[in-house]
Amino acid sequence: MNATMVVPQLVKILRTLVTTGYSTEHSISGVSDPFLQVRILRLLRILGRNHEESSETMNDLLAQVATNTDTSRNAGSAVLFETVLTIMDIRSAPGLRVLAVNILGRFLLNNDKNIRYVALTSLLRMVQSDHSAVQRHRPTVVECLREPDASLSRRALELSLALVNSSNVRAMTQELQSFLESCPPDLRADCASGILLAAERFAPTKRWHIDTILRVLTTAGIYVRDDAVANLTQLIGEAQELHAYSVRRLYSALAEDISQQPLVQVAAWCIGEYGDLLLEGSCEETEPLQVEEEEVLALLEKVLQSHVSQPATRGYALTALMKLSTRLRGDSNRIRQVVSIYGSCLDVELQQRAVEYNTLFQKYDHMRAAILEKMPLVERGGSQVDGEAKESKEAQLSETALVSTEPQASKLLDLLDLLDGTSGDAQPPPPLDPSPGGALVHLLDLPGAPLPPPSIPNLRVFEREGLQLNLSFVRPSGTPTLLLIMVTATNTSGADVTHFICQAAVPKSFQLQLQAPSGDTLPAQGGLPVTQLLRILNPNKAPLRLKLRLTYNHFGQSVQEIFEVNNLPVETWQ
Amino acid sequence: MQFMLLFSRQGKLRLQKWYVPLSDKEKKKITRELVQTVLARKPKMCSFLEWRDLKIVYKRYASLYFCCAIEDQDNELITLEIIHRYVELLDKYFGSVCELDIIFNFEKAYFILDEFLLGGEVQETSKKNVLKAIEQADLLQEVFFLCCLTKAIGCLGEVWEGS
Repeated sequence: MNATMVVPQLVKILRTLVTTGYSTEHSISGVSDPFLQVRILRLLRILGRNHEESSETMNDLLAQVATNTDTSRNAGSAVLFETVLTIMDIRSAPGLRVLAVNILGRFLLNNDKNIRYVALTSLLRMVQSDHSAVQRHRPTVVECLREPDASLSRRALELSLALVNSSNVRAMTQELQSFLESCPPDLRADCASGILLAAERFAPTKRWHIDTILRVLTTAGIYVRDDAVANLTQLIGEAQELHAYSVRRLYSALAEDISQQPLVQVAAWCIGEYGDLLLEGSCEETEPLQVEEEEVLALLEKVLQSHVSQPATRGYALTALMKLSTRLRGDSNRIRQVVSIYGSCLDVELQQRAVEYNTLFQKYDHMRAAILEKMPLVERGGSQVDGEAKESKEAQLSETALVSTEPQASKLLDLLDLLDGTSGDAQPPPPLDPSPGGALVHLLDLPGAPLPPPSIPNLRVFEREGLQLNLSFVRPSGTPTLLLIMVTATNTSGADVTHFICQAAVPKSFQLQLQAPSGDTLPAQGGLPVTQLLRILNPNKAPLRLKLRLTYNHFGQSVQEIFEVNNLPVETWQ
Repeated sequence: MQFMLLFSRQGKLRLQKWYVPLSDKEKKKITRELVQTVLARKPKMCSFLEWRDLKIVYKRYASLYFCCAIEDQDNELITLEIIHRYVELLDKYFGSVCELDIIFNFEKAYFILDEFLLGGEVQETSKKNVLKAIEQADLLQEVFFLCCLTKAIGCLGEVWEGS
């Protein structure tokens, strides 16, 4: 009994049911035996899935059921819905699929909420496969966004987000943003991230993109994801021509409301970077805004002192203030004062920054301008930095290498943390690194996705009278400077090896740790091997050299062997 | 269908039919959560909601909530029809059914449900047949009762005659 035999029979039964009608006791409001119809359709769905032939046999029947069923009452709609589900699942003709989508579209216009709900759910499933057909019903879907019923509006939201494409992005974003303003709080996070995602994929112009993100941040700032801030700063940084525009918009937004943390962070960063553009002249794209230096400083100080500001935000504000000390033409006394006050702040992060900036003012004032220059663009993913501007600066600051890396590194840390989503103290910069360029590279390496440790081939290092020594290497991916060597000693000779001791020596720049061996006796004839773990730390990535010393008793003689391990694979130390 | 619950507006459970094996503790927990969730819904909201990984279809008839839990591939609209059909059956049997009927004759309500649904699926689509089956069962019960009664009286009579 296989599908090809059963399907024609089922088709016949269903056809009879639909056309000639059945008995009154089985039908509900004019639809003959809807329970049976739904059952048969469900069975046809299962049989037709992935089965070309059966699907073809069913095509006509499904079209017939779809057109003949009276949908004024729920029973008919139920049958029609099942038909649509069946059409979606089997290998149906494209015309039939379009018919299914149109039926769903009709459902959407129905007054009954339940029917609209099932229509939205099914359209969501179909949007991937029949995108253009579903697009035609976009206006109706957007209408459903305004539903007071939360489950309906959630469905409508998901579907609307799936329907955004490059041609309708402006209109859709408009609708979605007005929805964002009025929707219940549990939907806001999804809506906000949906809008941001859609904006990223389909933004027609950079300015529109920045505007959209700005609007989302002002309406629903607390609901956006953590990396939205990083994305926005990246975006603004890239759009050279829009620096003046962005900084003005952000300044006005900040002046109105300092409670939305992501907005404040981005605004603080922008004002810090492009403060000079804010103060000079006017920008054609926004209303003329005359901003005084004092106002800007007052605003940043307000952010710093406000109790609604989170620690990260205050860090941003402090750094921005510092950057402004070089951008503003006036006296930087006010800034110096603020910075020195925060030198005794309780928050360790702020305190560290303040102390560093203080030092910058006092001892290294001549270098302040160079350090606080405009940031070069960080490439997306944070994997590389536009190195030239940085490296030339590094060359000048030879003996002050430490101080120079810290403020740069802390700024970069912010961005990297946000890109990573990890907390600020997870990756402190290595303090006494002689090469600052190297330190930065290390920092930037860490947030990348860890690669699986490449397997290094084992090495047979010693063989004498049946006693063999093998080395196996592991480079754990989390710690690139660590090498684990497992020394395995095996005995295939006829006599036991006793008092087996293995010692190792490495060059001075390495750190070696020998763990206790698993034993000191190797039974004869391939008995249990002795293993010992060596941990080698190689912070300088110098070529590895390893000397081993073995002492043991074998065949009644005491043996001592000292040898250097040759042919160490390159992967052990690179 | 995985299970069907009937509860009043105050949250008191009147009927429960489970088509999946669950421990008592789990059943109680599910019942409690679901009753809370459904009662919290406003009157104009739609009859479907998503709960855990199931779809819940509920409908309110007078003071009783009829609540069914179906799986992902099941048709919600036909479940509404199933609920309605069940209410019609109860109505036909009890004659203008109200919550009190179900409270006092809950075993009959279960019998009717079992005649209509089997293992969570509709087994008899004809209203007439379901009601006929229940009537026959009732008749059998009465006949049995009468037989017992006559037997008891007969025994009593013997005892009397004996004494």
